[in-house]
Amino acid sequence: MSVNINIDHTVKKYGDLTIIPDLSANIKNGEFFTLLGPSGCGKTTLLRMIAGFNSIEGGTISFDDQVINDIPAQKRNIGMVFQSYAIFPHLTVRQNVEYGLKLRKIPKAEMKQRVDEILQVVRIEEYQDRLPDRLSGGQQQRVALARAIVIHPQVLLMDEPLSNLDAKLRIEMRSAIRDVQKQVGITTVYVTHDQEEALAISDRIAVMKLGVIQQIGSPQDIYARPYNAFVSTFIGHSNLFYATVQKTGSQTCLAFRNGYTLEMNNLVDSVINGQQVVVSVRPEEFSLNDNGMECEIINRTFLGKYTNYFLRFGDGVVLDDQPSIEYSQDLGHVDSIFDIGAKIRLRPNPNKINVFSEDMEQSLIRDVKRYD
Amino acid sequence: MTKKLKWDFWTIITVFIIGLFLLFLIYPLLSLFLSGFKDSGTDAWTLENYTKFFSRKYYTEALMNSFKLTACVTVVAVLLGVPLAYFMSFYKIKGKGVLEILFIISMMSPNFIGAYSWILLLGRSGTVTQFLKGMGIETPSIYGFGGMLLVFALKLYPFIYMYVSGALKKIDVALSEAAESLGCSGLRKVFTVIMPLVTPTLVAAALLVFMNCMADFGTPALIGEGYRVMPTLVYYEFVGESGGSANFAACMATIMVMVTAVIFLLQKWYINTKSFTMSSMRPIQPKKIGGIKGLLIHLYIYLLAGLSIIPQCMVIYTSFRATHLQVFTDGYSLESYQKVFSTAIQSIKNTYLYCLVAIAIIVILGMFIAYLAVRRKSWLTNLIDTIAMFPYIVPGSVLGITLLIAFNHQPMMLAGTSIILIITLVIRRMAYTLRSSSGILYQISPSMEEAAISLGDSHPKAFFKVTAKMMLPGVASGAILSWITLINELSSSVMLYTAKTRTMSVAIYNEVIRASYGTAAALATILTVTTVVSLLIFFKVSGSKDVTM
Repeated sequence: MSVNINIDHTVKKYGDLTIIPDLSANIKNGEFFTLLGPSGCGKTTLLRMIAGFNSIEGGTISFDDQVINDIPAQKRNIGMVFQSYAIFPHLTVRQNVEYGLKLRKIPKAEMKQRVDEILQVVRIEEYQDRLPDRLSGGQQQRVALARAIVIHPQVLLMDEPLSNLDAKLRIEMRSAIRDVQKQVGITTVYVTHDQEEALAISDRIAVMKLGVIQQIGSPQDIYARPYNAFVSTFIGHSNLFYATVQKTGSQTCLAFRNGYTLEMNNLVDSVINGQQVVVSVRPEEFSLNDNGMECEIINRTFLGKYTNYFLRFGDGVVLDDQPSIEYSQDLGHVDSIFDIGAKIRLRPNPNKINVFSEDMEQSLIRDVKRYD
Repeated sequence: MTKKLKWDFWTIITVFIIGLFLLFLIYPLLSLFLSGFKDSGTDAWTLENYTKFFSRKYYTEALMNSFKLTACVTVVAVLLGVPLAYFMSFYKIKGKGVLEILFIISMMSPNFIGAYSWILLLGRSGTVTQFLKGMGIETPSIYGFGGMLLVFALKLYPFIYMYVSGALKKIDVALSEAAESLGCSGLRKVFTVIMPLVTPTLVAAALLVFMNCMADFGTPALIGEGYRVMPTLVYYEFVGESGGSANFAACMATIMVMVTAVIFLLQKWYINTKSFTMSSMRPIQPKKIGGIKGLLIHLYIYLLAGLSIIPQCMVIYTSFRATHLQVFTDGYSLESYQKVFSTAIQSIKNTYLYCLVAIAIIVILGMFIAYLAVRRKSWLTNLIDTIAMFPYIVPGSVLGITLLIAFNHQPMMLAGTSIILIITLVIRRMAYTLRSSSGILYQISPSMEEAAISLGDSHPKAFFKVTAKMMLPGVASGAILSWITLINELSSSVMLYTAKTRTMSVAIYNEVIRASYGTAAALATILTVTTVVSLLIFFKVSGSKDVTM
């Protein structure tokens, strides 16, 4: 039923404007695959190319071995959930769900059974005879999901389906979507700009920027081992430091510009002594240590589980143009919090931090894969 | 103390408006209704009029004719207008901007001018008829059912077009894509998704066409000839020299109002059960179209636009033709205009004077009523709002008779005065201004006025200084529509005019009846130019090319 999707050197152009220059990816059968990126990165464009609403100017997209470039949307057997839900307002919930089945000339009895079943899966049986006007956003979302899944599509495509819901409902719906997807076991391509949503819901994530996939990997890998600085700063927060590689014998260290050195044992072998690098440290990868780097607390935000401190290091230690340099202090194990103006010493965890080439385009950590 | 006075301002307005409605709408309609149950000789109560109407084929046939004509016109208008709206919204059409203006102009010009110019083209001595006769070809007669169908359908399909395009604009393109993603495309998509979404709007537009056609007097009077319909029947019965009876006319008028009321209520009921709201994040983008399909679509649109604008062009052309003793001769001259300015100048003055007074009253009343209905909701103001919609279901000629019957005796002897004409105009055409006024009022936050009051303004002051000023742009767009329909009003004016109070449209009607086509064309040109100029002002004021009536 479900298929794998092979995107092979695909190009998207609007006139002279190239949105996607050359994109390849393989989405596995039954997988929940998320396209994540800032607005304008081409994620929705790519989704609509898979759906058949956007033309493909180069390369191919195939479902299993069948190239679908020239198959019109209505023949691709896809299920699509739209950002605006696109529930037909003139039809009741049940009629909306039946719509695709009627086109497929499914026998009455089977249709009833399938509709009943899916209404139950998405938990909207009680509203089935209502017009969509009278439904809340979350309920409309469930109708859209049911309508897309009930036709047993080869792939399920979702275009920012949660962006119109409030925060609480969003969290509730994302686990509902995840549950339904696993229950049905259908290859799903999901578009979002919300990195938290992507981390929570996906089997694999493709992080996109300017029409290029920056990295594909599991949520854990994307977060812990970003392939470049864009991924590390786009997903979660990362503090970027200048540093130089110091190789002496078998020992490899990072020398920060304030003179602090940190021994590393997971850098790639190709790094050379004196190489300029950028070090990416997440706020939770710092720990208080008397031998740490000195910094000053310039502000703080109390967030319950932890406190976020905003830091200042010496001149030229960190990259300019960063919105903030942060340290998260887990409040489960400390008694007091620091005051603004306090000087503290922090040590980055060498097993956790990431190191990028000087142009920030490539990870220098061993075994980090760009496309996994 | 002052607080009580402030509260009183709007109460006084409410009472005043209810008084106006009672006097000029409820009382006349009641008189009409009662008058239909009276014997014209003895004034005694009787059912005679109704038994007479329903027992004689002469009358029932007219009712059936009206139905037949109106139903056919509505169907043809829908068949012309819906594809047009679909093509204009879904495909890139060359010259779209100009086409849109042409459709609106043909929609806003009065029905009877359309009828008149089709006579000029296809009538007995029409240009096309004569030309084809010269080549030995006989054309079918324009007079009667066929001609009326042609005139009405070409005149009224733009209503369908305007309404349906408006609804198509509200459809989110995702709905269309959702249908495609579920495996549906082409005509099937149009009929299972697109059409059902615009159906409530289409029904409203079809009703408008139906009412307009049912109530129109000018077209059947000019081009109907032997084909009797209700409005002409009522007119001839009422003003007829051959022993007509006002009571019998009242009876027929009541029947007409009943018919339109029932249809109006049916439509309301349908809309209420079927209504849903649509909000479009991404409206449908017109697609490029080429090949044979594109060619045919363009051909269809241009042909339709051409046919709709022919009447206007024909009228203007005719007005510059030379005439001798009312007969057109070769060559061109300004003779017709000279004649108009020497003989019919009074009608032009009348038109502008009456319509200016009427529009002033309409704007003031419209704003007050809208304010009451939107901001001072109560059963009383609701009632006012409902009564204000009455004129929708009262055909123009019927309204004329209604007021004549009611104000034909002391102490309210208004028959024959300009006052009665102005009152009729106000009642007939207030709805547009009222609707646009409440529309804009819903968009203005009440806290604006509350702020003014909190700073020390009285209620009336706050209304005039703040709310009224903010309402003006919205009110203006509706007022211009009211204005355009005012200057073109014929159905009611033709019942009420005297030699002194003749308006332009009545003068045109008279001239056409007298076969004085040159002066009629000159007057019609003046009217058309005024209409077009007003429309252009409307586009400027409202900043859009959508006319919703």
